[in-house]
Amino acid sequence: MYGFEAMTFNVHSGYLEAIVRGYRSGLLTAADYNNLCQCETLDDIKMHLSATEYGPYLQNEPSPLHTTTIVEKCTLKLVDEYKHMLCQATEPLSTFLEYITYGHMIDNVVLIVTGTLHERDVQELLEKCHPLGMFDSIATLAVAQNMRELYRLVLVDTPLAPYFSECITSEDLDDMNIEIMRNTLYKAYLEDFYRFCKKLGGATAEIMSDLLSFEADRRAVNITINSIGTELTREDRKNLYSSFGLLYPYGHEELAACEDIDQVRAVMEKYPPYQSIFSKLSYGESQMLDKAFYEEEVKRLCLSFEQQFHFGVFFAYMRLKEQEIRNLMWISECVAQNQKSRVHDSVVFIF
Amino acid sequence: MAVRGRGGCCPRMDLLRSEAMQLVQIIIPIESAHRTISYLGDLGLFQFKDLNAEKSPFQRTYATQLKRCGEMARKLRFFKEHMTKAGLSPSKKINSEADIVLDNLEVKLGELEAELIEMNANSENLQRAYNELLEYKLVLEKAGEFFYKAQSRATDQQREFEAQNIGEGSIDSPLLLEQEMSIDFSKQVKLGFTCGLVPREKSMAFERILFRATRGNVYLNQVAVTDPVVDPASGEKVEKNVFVVFYSGEKAKNKILKICEAFGANRYPFADEIGKRFQMIYKVSGRISELKTTIDAGLLHRNNLLQTIACQSEQWNLLVKKEKSVYHKLNMLSMDVTKKCLVAEGWCPTFATKQIQDALQRATFDSNSQVGAIFQVLHTQESPPTYFRTNKFTSSFQEIVDAYGIAKYQEANPGVFTIITFPFLFAVMFGDWGHGICLLLATLYLIMQEKKFSGQKLGDILEMTFGGRYVILLMSLFSIYTGLVYNEFFSIPFELFGPSAYACRDLSCRDATTEGLIKVRRTYPFGVDPVWHGTRSELPFLNSLKMKMSILLGVAQMNLGIILSYFNAKFFGSSLNVWYQFIPQMIFLNSLFGYLSLLIIVKWCTGSQADLYHIMIYMFLRPTDDLGENQLFPGQKTLQLVLLLLALIAVPWMLFPKPFLLKKQHEKRHQGQSYAPLHVTDDSIDLEEHHDSHGSHGHEFEFSEVFVHQLIHTIEFVLGAVSNTASYLRLWALSLAHSELSSVFYEKVLLLAWGFNNVIILIVGIIVFVFATVGVLLVMETLSAFLHALRLHWVEFQNKFYEGDGYKFQPFSFAILNDDDD
Repeated sequence: MYGFEAMTFNVHSGYLEAIVRGYRSGLLTAADYNNLCQCETLDDIKMHLSATEYGPYLQNEPSPLHTTTIVEKCTLKLVDEYKHMLCQATEPLSTFLEYITYGHMIDNVVLIVTGTLHERDVQELLEKCHPLGMFDSIATLAVAQNMRELYRLVLVDTPLAPYFSECITSEDLDDMNIEIMRNTLYKAYLEDFYRFCKKLGGATAEIMSDLLSFEADRRAVNITINSIGTELTREDRKNLYSSFGLLYPYGHEELAACEDIDQVRAVMEKYPPYQSIFSKLSYGESQMLDKAFYEEEVKRLCLSFEQQFHFGVFFAYMRLKEQEIRNLMWISECVAQNQKSRVHDSVVFIF
Repeated sequence: MAVRGRGGCCPRMDLLRSEAMQLVQIIIPIESAHRTISYLGDLGLFQFKDLNAEKSPFQRTYATQLKRCGEMARKLRFFKEHMTKAGLSPSKKINSEADIVLDNLEVKLGELEAELIEMNANSENLQRAYNELLEYKLVLEKAGEFFYKAQSRATDQQREFEAQNIGEGSIDSPLLLEQEMSIDFSKQVKLGFTCGLVPREKSMAFERILFRATRGNVYLNQVAVTDPVVDPASGEKVEKNVFVVFYSGEKAKNKILKICEAFGANRYPFADEIGKRFQMIYKVSGRISELKTTIDAGLLHRNNLLQTIACQSEQWNLLVKKEKSVYHKLNMLSMDVTKKCLVAEGWCPTFATKQIQDALQRATFDSNSQVGAIFQVLHTQESPPTYFRTNKFTSSFQEIVDAYGIAKYQEANPGVFTIITFPFLFAVMFGDWGHGICLLLATLYLIMQEKKFSGQKLGDILEMTFGGRYVILLMSLFSIYTGLVYNEFFSIPFELFGPSAYACRDLSCRDATTEGLIKVRRTYPFGVDPVWHGTRSELPFLNSLKMKMSILLGVAQMNLGIILSYFNAKFFGSSLNVWYQFIPQMIFLNSLFGYLSLLIIVKWCTGSQADLYHIMIYMFLRPTDDLGENQLFPGQKTLQLVLLLLALIAVPWMLFPKPFLLKKQHEKRHQGQSYAPLHVTDDSIDLEEHHDSHGSHGHEFEFSEVFVHQLIHTIEFVLGAVSNTASYLRLWALSLAHSELSSVFYEKVLLLAWGFNNVIILIVGIIVFVFATVGVLLVMETLSAFLHALRLHWVEFQNKFYEGDGYKFQPFSFAILNDDDD
């Protein structure tokens, strides 16, 4: 029923769409970032943020602030907003919203497992977890010794269980296969999310498949770059790419064969949407790639607000907010460590 | 308007035109700046302009002071939070020892906060230990019970086992443990166990994970604790289960310990011998009572501290707020190049000049400054803010107007007329003196309690009603008046002003129309004759009366609107608007609807039976035809022709001349301006030039735009004259609805219930009647009549003259600061 969402969309999701658009207008603007970048101390940042939507969350913090407090409070705001939306949502929007958090869940699982592997305190690890990706028995992850146990003990109860089917091995956990696990999970998750959005149809399918394809392609590039020089075989590497997106399937073949960053670049430049990203980078450089990708992503996310009656705005808002928190973290770090010259390195303006 | 006399102290016309304002520059030496601003805040008649708009908040001069104030406010909030937790409310009375210096306060607050935090930390530790012990005691009791039962059952079983002496496979023992216990006894394999408390909502998952992790080689027993337990870590009340887990092997133990940790299950040591257990319970109870006294002592101490904070916190709060606002304003001032003085700019009413200068002098004197502040009036083309001096009576009426739009600087303020016309139009729709008295009593109660209510926070709805109490007062008084005119009291007619003028000719006239009645006395002296009530012709008669009355009221109010546009034009010196807007508008409206009003009055006076619809319609369709029986007065046809012609002429009169004249004026002005540049360079030396630059110099003149604008205005007015007059018919419609509804409630509920001659039905009937009257007639009808009156004022009345594009004067004032206390 493409094009007919307007008739029924607002029955269930109109209120939340209004809410999310309202939230979006609370995002920091370029003027805010300019002001923030001129701050001298973290207190200045607090002062500036207290005039924004973050005000109520920061006002009761005692004065010697830390970057972590700022980030924590900003994240708290995001979580509150997310919970509010989730409470109000009905099917299928509630499922869609839950899908958004699975990525964080995967990250948290990996964080805890790696942490325990390096014998960190579980409590300390839990504090580092993203609050959106928490589930009940997350702390129990520390008990598991190998993938099979991980699955049988804990993850079977979580929504991540179906994604695990591909990586159940009895091998002991180590850094390498945890990383592979992360990427396999992520691949399964993205594919599932993609299928779900396709099933929803209409503008949601159109916009979300575009956004998710970009996400999948970005991950493919990152996997390739990170796996250069490791013992990962070509076939293994290819298995980690999600089976959709602009690069699928021919680009994947070529990416799998890459052996240095310039080859990746050569592959990517064949695809017009990515050409502009790589054309900004000089040869042999991969440092600024993240930022370039983030910028492109933010651009696409912002564009999704131009259309009405679809769920993409929720995804876009959550992503934009996360980007904003990353920005704030970077700015606060730079301010705290007196590295103000580097402020602009990683900040992605949203508007 | 006797009502306006109440604010008699004020100069005349002060509500019709907003106060004259001036843009003022004050140069303040830096040492007396703080005091000056705070004196100005006490005065509350100066609106600061932000001269540092381009600077971000933390780049401004007094950013650090603002931060300190913010920090102090945070500390005060912290105290407040703890006070509400401890059930203390800050005392409202403000001590007069006002001389607290901000710096001292800062130090003091810091000390108090540190003390409080330390106390909290101590008591938290104690509390945690206390809660842990409580939990421990619970575990000891519950698990002890379980062990005791299990043991006694196991011995029973063993006895049975020995007595029966059969193979173990045939016993269908219900619990794994009992089996193990029996094996335990025979094979002497030691099982490990651990016990503790787990939150109830997690207990299912806990059990599941334990089972999975040990592949089922575990026995878990749980007992629900009936009362919620305070969790030692979080300090919140949680429902919990006591659990005992049995396991075998060191590996399983490690796993179980980790899982317990992950689920936030607190484990406690436990002895399986009964003697030791009792000893432990005894010990724990002793510790608990010990801790309890310590905690109580600590709490008392803390409450004392909070008490001392409570009696001053309100005062501190006020001080911090004041300081914060003062620094906020200081940040709006620009620093002089020499860094020795601050320059403030802002608006103040001209009458306040003296007061402000006084305040400045006092500030200079009090802060022992060598140089006084310089007060200087600037000239500007910027439009000043609108400021009406209202009192508690007029302010709510002014709010009604402001809700539509703030008046342009010094334009005629409809608020003056609204004070009477608004409640009056409301009353026309709400005419019933019974209901009016109910409203009056309610609003009198609000006014009596004014002192009490104005200090406290009210609910949303009550707040609104309270705010508009004087509006409601006038509304109710007027509805008593119109109710008397309509002769309605809960839809019952009363012969208040003497007996009815009419009487029955014979006995059958109950069902007759008015013709069955004969006039026996002089006309009923005031309002509607009660005899109309209940007759068949009641509705046609009242409808005709109220409809005509609505038209008269409407035409009168619209005329008032147009006349106000004349006053505006005269005040702003625009003869163009008088000649090409006011006059044709007057002619147009009155030649059509003014004439209709005239006809209505003539018909009323003469008692003629002419058909006014017919006259009005054929005045347009066939103006030259004879009026025949509809003629009300001689020469009517000629008059109609003249009026029609005038109305036709008025339309192009409104439309064409004004844009062309404006164009001509603009061209004339433009010629003069070709010499302007030289003049401006002269001015640039002057300080004032700077201010002229924010004012708009000459705007672009676009003829087509002006013309289209005028076209729209004309069309709007011509169509509006018809539709607005029709719109006033809502007065009749609502009044009809009100009287019909009240008669329905009276007849179909009260009289019906009365007719049954049954006490219970009568009581039920009365209850229904009261609720219907209060709910529907007094609340809903009041609201709807209010809204319709509002619309008549905003649309029909104000669109004749009101621009409403001004902005409000928002002086820097400590008094307002106290009001918007959260």
